[in-house]
Amino acid sequence: MITAYALIILPVITGVISLFISSERVRRNLLMIVAFVHLFMSILLCNGSVGELNGIWLGLDALSRLFLIITSLLFTGSAIYSMVYLDKHPHFNGPAIAGLHMPANSNAIFAACMQLFLSAMSLAILSTHFGLQWIGIEATTLASTPLIYYHRSRRSLEAAWKYMILCSVGIALALMGVFFLAMTTSSHVQHFTPAGLSLFSGYLKVEWLKVAFIFFLVGYGAKMGLAPMHNWLPDAHSEAPSPVSAMLSGALLNCAFLGILRIYQVCVTVPGAMVFANELLVIFGLLSLAVSGIFILRQPDYKRMLAYSSVEHMGILALGVGLGGSAIAAAMLHAAGHSLVKASLFLLSGNILAVYASKKVEDIKALLKTMPISGALWLAGFFAITGTPPFTTFNSEFAIVRVALQSGSWKTAMLYLLFLLLVFIGMLTIFMNMCFGKKGEREVDGSAGESFWQVLPPVVFLTAALLLGLYLPDFVRTTIDGAAVLLGGKAL
Amino acid sequence: MNGIATLLAISCLLLLGSSRLLVSIRMVAFQGVLLGLLPLFVAGSGHIGAAALILTITNIGLKSILLPWLLTRALFESGARREIEPFIGFGASIMAGVVLLAISGYIVNRLQSTAEISSSITLIAGFFMVFSGLFLLITRRKALTQTLGFLVLENGVFTTGLSLGSEFSVYVELGILLDVFVGIFLMGIMLFHIDREFDHLDVDRFNELSDLTVDVASNEEASE
Repeated sequence: MITAYALIILPVITGVISLFISSERVRRNLLMIVAFVHLFMSILLCNGSVGELNGIWLGLDALSRLFLIITSLLFTGSAIYSMVYLDKHPHFNGPAIAGLHMPANSNAIFAACMQLFLSAMSLAILSTHFGLQWIGIEATTLASTPLIYYHRSRRSLEAAWKYMILCSVGIALALMGVFFLAMTTSSHVQHFTPAGLSLFSGYLKVEWLKVAFIFFLVGYGAKMGLAPMHNWLPDAHSEAPSPVSAMLSGALLNCAFLGILRIYQVCVTVPGAMVFANELLVIFGLLSLAVSGIFILRQPDYKRMLAYSSVEHMGILALGVGLGGSAIAAAMLHAAGHSLVKASLFLLSGNILAVYASKKVEDIKALLKTMPISGALWLAGFFAITGTPPFTTFNSEFAIVRVALQSGSWKTAMLYLLFLLLVFIGMLTIFMNMCFGKKGEREVDGSAGESFWQVLPPVVFLTAALLLGLYLPDFVRTTIDGAAVLLGGKAL
Repeated sequence: MNGIATLLAISCLLLLGSSRLLVSIRMVAFQGVLLGLLPLFVAGSGHIGAAALILTITNIGLKSILLPWLLTRALFESGARREIEPFIGFGASIMAGVVLLAISGYIVNRLQSTAEISSSITLIAGFFMVFSGLFLLITRRKALTQTLGFLVLENGVFTTGLSLGSEFSVYVELGILLDVFVGIFLMGIMLFHIDREFDHLDVDRFNELSDLTVDVASNEEASE
């Protein structure tokens, strides 16, 4: 239990400390140490030596194991990557705001907010109490807004403002949902947690549970990037520094999804509410797929393309859970696969951006020649993100189609395949235009984006996604199956 | 308690109709005081524990002193005084407010058939505040008014929670308050930055990022 608290508290302490460290080198080393300690403790915690924790406040089950490991892994990758990234973007001391003595060194704020962000995500993942989880998810918004505004440009300010307003409003609505959820029981429930409420499943008021689910879905769904509440996502993900985009897309969206899954866990114990929840999840999932399919076609900005692809994959997750059965296990596997692949793609986009200084697809030509390593990885990432075998994303996407067909929902399956095809075509043209073709007139030095630490995290993540596709180790399988069973699904 | 709820609703109506930003900020500060007093009344006299007192003090301190101070600074810094040409005029906004109030009453009336609600007037006020917060967020152009709208929305959620009687422990309540406070604080800081970068606080002129083709040039001309 102490480990669980340490995972949340340690990054807060070190984060605040790094605000006051003046040495750039010490601050970066601290960030690295925190990342590795966090990863080590997460593995220790998930290794099962402590068993199932099920406290009033914090707990650990298969779901939180899965998301905790993903988050910690991605954070370590981003931390390694940001070492080089910060070198390329020398810090600046912004003009202090009159009357507010904010530490103006942008890199100190970056390091501090990264660690606070990690702490908030750990809290959102490990908390079992619905109120505490809300606090964690709202805290992730607060910690990541300054990260999006890192470059201090007009565009990043606009993106940060949109992110802040849309997500805060969404999360405020989710708080309404938490209050409504408390109304489902007339008796005073001792543990306001998924497990605690499920004990009373026979006595829960179905109507209030349904209303609460709607508010959770709309509120946390805004944060997760489900259409039509996704408007902030392409802006924030494209304007943020690349290591931050990787965290936002690979880890943060999962945390918000977990918020929805927690109330879904209560819904599955009440038959009336479960059907209702499933229908809503399928509708929102398909809508997200459709929106991303439309906006990815002819998208002129490759970071925005990656952002829309996140909307697509969140749609797949919602759809998978909504279909039920073994599709839930597939969705869990897909969450892991998407995080690994999307994080590496965002990191690679940072490499490309460092070389070309442009986010426009049309400015980038013959990537394979200018940047052999990053270019090859970028192409591999394309196959992984679109669900091409042998990557793990293929297995999970395929399993979801299979369940849809088996359960007789032909329309859903057809629409799902259609939108996947749209996304595939959209991304194919963009990636082909970038990777091949003649070199432009502009001479670019590809080596600026190919240093060891810039390439290592994407290589590791993509290899992991590839290996998971070829063979699913036992500990991964049990975690995913355990998570699916918690959500009323079947093993993969 | 019903008196406080009524005052909350009236302050929302005034907020919808006021064009002067300073008045709006004061009105939200006033709401903060009312909101701080609310937990004391819910607990009932004689049952006021340390928990309710702590919540009251934090609430009033944050929402009616600290945040309004920050927002007022942002206001003077930017030199903007009035909300200019909202998408829906002030008179129409008040009318919309009355309709929203009626809708809140209708919803609460429907809810009463499914559950015992101890104080329906407060619940109506809570819903109404949530609706007017959303209304302000959608229809106003200034980033400052949007921040106020968010604050009103958050106040509404808080009131709703209180009137539904869903009590979490003090830690959770304080955590929620802290989150909201930091959120508004960040928005306040961003107001300074927006003012410096753009020389205005008009959010509808934020159009550098969009996938729907907007003719930026013609838009700029229209708004000059």
